Amino acid sequence: MQMIKCPWCGPREEVEYHYGGQAHVAYPAEPAALSDEEWAHYLFFRDNTRGLFAERWVHTAGCRRWFNAVRDTVTYRFHATYRPDEPRPVTA
Amino acid sequence: MADTLVPLQRTHPLDARPSLTEATVGAVRVVDVSAQVQVRAAVPGPAADALAQVIGAPLPTRPGTWTPTPAGGRIVWLGPDEWLVVDPSAPSWDLEARLRAAAAPHGGAALDVSGQRVVLSLSGEHARDLLAAGCAVDTHPSVFRRGAAAQTLLGQAGVILLALSDDGTDYELFVRSSFARYLADWLADAATEHRTA
Amino acid sequence: MSETTSTTATTAQARGSFRTPTGGRVDRTSPVTFTFAGVEHTGYRGDTLASALLADGVHQIGTSIKLGRPRGVGAAWAEDPSSLVQVEEPFPDPMLLASTVEVFDGLVADGVPGQGRLADIADSARYDSRHLHVDLLVVGAGPAGLQAALTAARSGARVALLDEQSEAGGSLLGSDELLDGRPALEWVADAVAELAAAPEVVHLQRTTVFGVYDDGFALAVERRTDHLGGAAPEGTSRQRVWRVRARRTVVAAGAHERPVVFTDNDRPGTMLAGSARTYLHRYGVLAGSRAVVFTTNDSAYRAAVDLADAGVHVAAVVDTRDVAPAHWAVELERRGVPLRTAQAVVGTRGVERVSAALVAPYDRAGLAAGARSSAGVEPEAIECDLLLVSGGWNPAVHLHSQARGKLAFDAGLGAFLPAERLEDLLVAGSAAGTFDLSSCLRQGGASAATALSELGLDVTAVPVPSAAEQPPSSSSSAPDLVWVVPDPSGDSSRQFVDVQRDATVADVQRALGAGLRSPEHVKRYTTIGTAHDQGKTSGVVTSGIIAELLGAAPDAVGTTTFRPPYTPVAFATLAGRDRGQLFDPVRTTSVHDWHVQAGAVWEDVGQWKRPRYYPLAGEDMETAVLRECAAARTGVGILDGSTLGKIDVQGPDAGVLLDRLYTNLMSSLAVGKVRYGVMCGADGMVIDDGTVLRVAEDRFLVMTTTGGAAKILEWMEEWHQTEWPELRVHLASVTEQWAAFPVVGPRSRDVIGAVFGAGGSEDGVDVSNEAFGFMTWQDTTLDGVPVRLARISFSGELAWEVHVDSRYALAVWERLIAAGAPYAITPYGTETMHVLRAEKGYPIIGQDTDGTVTPQDLGMAWVVSKKKPDFVGKRSFARAENQREDRKHLVGLLPVDRETLLPEGSQIIEHREDGVLPSVSETGPVPMLGHVTSSYRSAYLERPFALALVKGGRARVGELLHVPVKGRLVAVEVTSPVLVDPEGARRDG
Repeated sequence: MQMIKCPWCGPREEVEYHYGGQAHVAYPAEPAALSDEEWAHYLFFRDNTRGLFAERWVHTAGCRRWFNAVRDTVTYRFHATYRPDEPRPVTA
Repeated sequence: MADTLVPLQRTHPLDARPSLTEATVGAVRVVDVSAQVQVRAAVPGPAADALAQVIGAPLPTRPGTWTPTPAGGRIVWLGPDEWLVVDPSAPSWDLEARLRAAAAPHGGAALDVSGQRVVLSLSGEHARDLLAAGCAVDTHPSVFRRGAAAQTLLGQAGVILLALSDDGTDYELFVRSSFARYLADWLADAATEHRTA
Repeated sequence: MSETTSTTATTAQARGSFRTPTGGRVDRTSPVTFTFAGVEHTGYRGDTLASALLADGVHQIGTSIKLGRPRGVGAAWAEDPSSLVQVEEPFPDPMLLASTVEVFDGLVADGVPGQGRLADIADSARYDSRHLHVDLLVVGAGPAGLQAALTAARSGARVALLDEQSEAGGSLLGSDELLDGRPALEWVADAVAELAAAPEVVHLQRTTVFGVYDDGFALAVERRTDHLGGAAPEGTSRQRVWRVRARRTVVAAGAHERPVVFTDNDRPGTMLAGSARTYLHRYGVLAGSRAVVFTTNDSAYRAAVDLADAGVHVAAVVDTRDVAPAHWAVELERRGVPLRTAQAVVGTRGVERVSAALVAPYDRAGLAAGARSSAGVEPEAIECDLLLVSGGWNPAVHLHSQARGKLAFDAGLGAFLPAERLEDLLVAGSAAGTFDLSSCLRQGGASAATALSELGLDVTAVPVPSAAEQPPSSSSSAPDLVWVVPDPSGDSSRQFVDVQRDATVADVQRALGAGLRSPEHVKRYTTIGTAHDQGKTSGVVTSGIIAELLGAAPDAVGTTTFRPPYTPVAFATLAGRDRGQLFDPVRTTSVHDWHVQAGAVWEDVGQWKRPRYYPLAGEDMETAVLRECAAARTGVGILDGSTLGKIDVQGPDAGVLLDRLYTNLMSSLAVGKVRYGVMCGADGMVIDDGTVLRVAEDRFLVMTTTGGAAKILEWMEEWHQTEWPELRVHLASVTEQWAAFPVVGPRSRDVIGAVFGAGGSEDGVDVSNEAFGFMTWQDTTLDGVPVRLARISFSGELAWEVHVDSRYALAVWERLIAAGAPYAITPYGTETMHVLRAEKGYPIIGQDTDGTVTPQDLGMAWVVSKKKPDFVGKRSFARAENQREDRKHLVGLLPVDRETLLPEGSQIIEHREDGVLPSVSETGPVPMLGHVTSSYRSAYLERPFALALVKGGRARVGELLHVPVKGRLVAVEVTSPVLVDPEGARRDG
């Protein structure tokens, strides 16, 4: 049972959270201006990183806030969590 | 037809669990609160100030805390812009109206959630043991004492847990009313050893 | 070698005579009577089943799983690969070890051949769990663990000391060591007493830490009443899972002695040398009367000496090494024990018990070279009833490895050791490869001190008690590394590597012959290490054998992965209290007890209990639902719709957010009005639907499906918080705040009017169609309690939804029931709700849709705004895939025979002229056009009907298709999904 540090509530067990996929994938400003291929890329394509990966989580059983995390996909270890309005921190 | 009817009775999901206190050897009691209103405001900001004015106390800004109100109620931190205002006596729709009138002009919000959750008190020597039976939050008095609040899980139910004392013997639990019977049954079951000891 | 039977040794001993006159940790004043294999035995409190049986001269416990060979007690604790038993009384419990089961009055057990039998009656025992947070978790209460715990306790830390045995002491329980000049167990008792008095220490025995996970999380199982049998206190959980969250962990879990493999090494009476010493010192039991000790290292000499001193005739100590340790050679000589160096046990005799060890010069050529030097040399048979073996010691690195700590092979020890210090887990004592008592104590204390100071705690050092002098290193000899003693005749098929799995050296050779190299693959090929003991004695030996056969270094071969649980844990224990009525939360509405009184039959909708229908006496579901449907279409019905998800949306930008999330415009909705809306994913597929009430200029109430409540709130928050945080809007669940009761049918106006109209309520509502139109809402009060009425219809009938604070919901429901009595108001359940909505072609998201269905597919292009520049899902509607003519559309199906109720999920195919399902072998697979999503009998239509997703369905309206049902084809007519009142004339009453 991993501990995930909610930027607001602090460390809590992972069962309190839901996963939200890759972070920093912005909704296109003008979807109508995109080609089918570009739109499909937004819809269906995500990085499959080996190593540090920025992803979104929501503290479902706690404060209901979405936040971002940098997690190592090899070790599962969380290197940082940060609020949506904060930039991705530099992590080793 | 109306004259033949009795006034509308309030009911409580735990009316059906009259022996809960007995089953938990006195540890768990139903707390009757009149009003629970969820409020939203940016802090610092005019909506938060306006809400504080109505409540008579500032909104606590530290995550995971609650503060008392002059009316004998509580303000519980639920999120960076979200609080639960608990009032022991005010009519709930009235409190919503007053808080909403104060906050809405500044982009804030208030909504009556008095029927959304029920409140249980959890006290005595077995209180922490009952929590430890299903709550992963560390309730040791050195880290979770009066003024601390946690939205978390107890058993499989979401709860808001408040510490009321500094010695780990007095807590309040807020649970969604549809889960109230489950949680009551869960607590009664968790207290089996205290009952038979 | 011939299998000459010799049971002389066992029969020579009268039962019970293997107990020493004094000594041991058993309570000789508390005899207990138990039954094993149908025979009554007497042991003492403090005995294990194995120690009590050994005291009675019983070595054979069962037979092996494949070969049926006799199996005995191989060790004195959980590393025992062979003493599997089934407990029958007090409750059937399979696959336990005689060497770990404590005896009690009334225990009934049998040996089992590799597999046990689950109880066929419900387990009435309780199981539970506890969360525990500590600064330091110490695993193991041996010398290192106790010293670590004492250090942490005196430093004021929050400590958990967990140990799997019945009492603290670890290896000290099975020895006669002195500490500070006193028996070591007195030091243990003092330490335990001090820990018991420390306020922040949790010290538990009979508690196995079976798994170490992320972030300092450890799971332990505490066996609380197993040892009490029938005397277990009522209400006390039998076993408890401890969910420990530790900032630091010190693993002081000890070491397991390692066997040496040789031919016929599985006979009862063959035992690890240190275990025999434990049986002697801890239980006061002699494991035999005439022993041969076979070793590759110094440690077994202690067993030989102690057993000899206790009266066992030690017939020989056989050491593979050329030179025996000088100190121990003297001790053996003093006792007249013959010492044979450079020799090995190459086989045994006996059937139900070892009767002789076959000893020959040790052939160093090893396995790969095959047996050569000893070939032709007739081994010498040394009679014995106990064959003690030691191939060295394996530190219990399981928890370190589970925590993803690296291991490295130590050639000196012949074992894998922790090769790195993990951030939050330290290893101390023999688990770290430290075997002398003083060093173990010192390391335990030092590990705790290191961990605590890393946590910023002030450390109070605890003096290390002084242990007896070790024999000088000059008088000891380096251990020999021997995995297998080659069989003199080269037959490796009775050289057991995993005694429990009947897996032999021959099996390993076969695996390597098949090209397997990794121990992981060899494990799966041979099943070595897959039994209850998970290879505690066989794992490292297997790596060694692989290395030897491949001519590789053991380090290069490595080990199999150590995975939790360390020892078996019952599923009942893991389930804990989450079973029976607490298995999954049961969510109830405010009206639940009324439904119970009314005899509702329940449907589980997510975690909610919802009435499915309310049968009258003698009714089955079909008749009850037909009656309920008829009432709603001709009179009045009432439903408890409180489980619908409800979300309060407030703020100046509330309309903006809803416009972006719904396919249609919500910001244009006037206050007082209601609008139906659909939400799609970004891929354009429908994810939820429901009605939206505009409560105020800056406030909406969003209704979701029952199942979608939590998901949709999270979805809305996700977009708001992550994409559009600038929007001034606030979302919150009010699902339990508002009870919701649809009152449905031509007479609903009468009922609503009676309760809330001018005559019923102080600020009565005009319920006429003119004053209260369809898709509008009005607030009123009842006895001062606010009530919201909304003209919403999920049935096509004239209908109101009554929304009220759930605390007053039951009272309002009862008012409605009372007011409806003159109109025979009929409570109806989810089944009738489904029929009524299906007759109108209203889809249920998740039943009639499956995540691949667009609003257009549902025939609801009208709910998709053309005006809005964008909303979630809009861009996807233009994707080529979503423009195809042959997409599946929601249509109605009417079975032509007016009889058949199509099973939901049925496939739909083209109409076959001959009415016969073609044979796949002749025509190949029959093209599927779609499937039935909803199917009911309709009281209104007086025939069964269905909704279905059919390829190009809207263009097929009027066509006949076929639905295979139980091997025959049922002809169906494709219709519009709206089968009742397509003009919508009924909704205004």
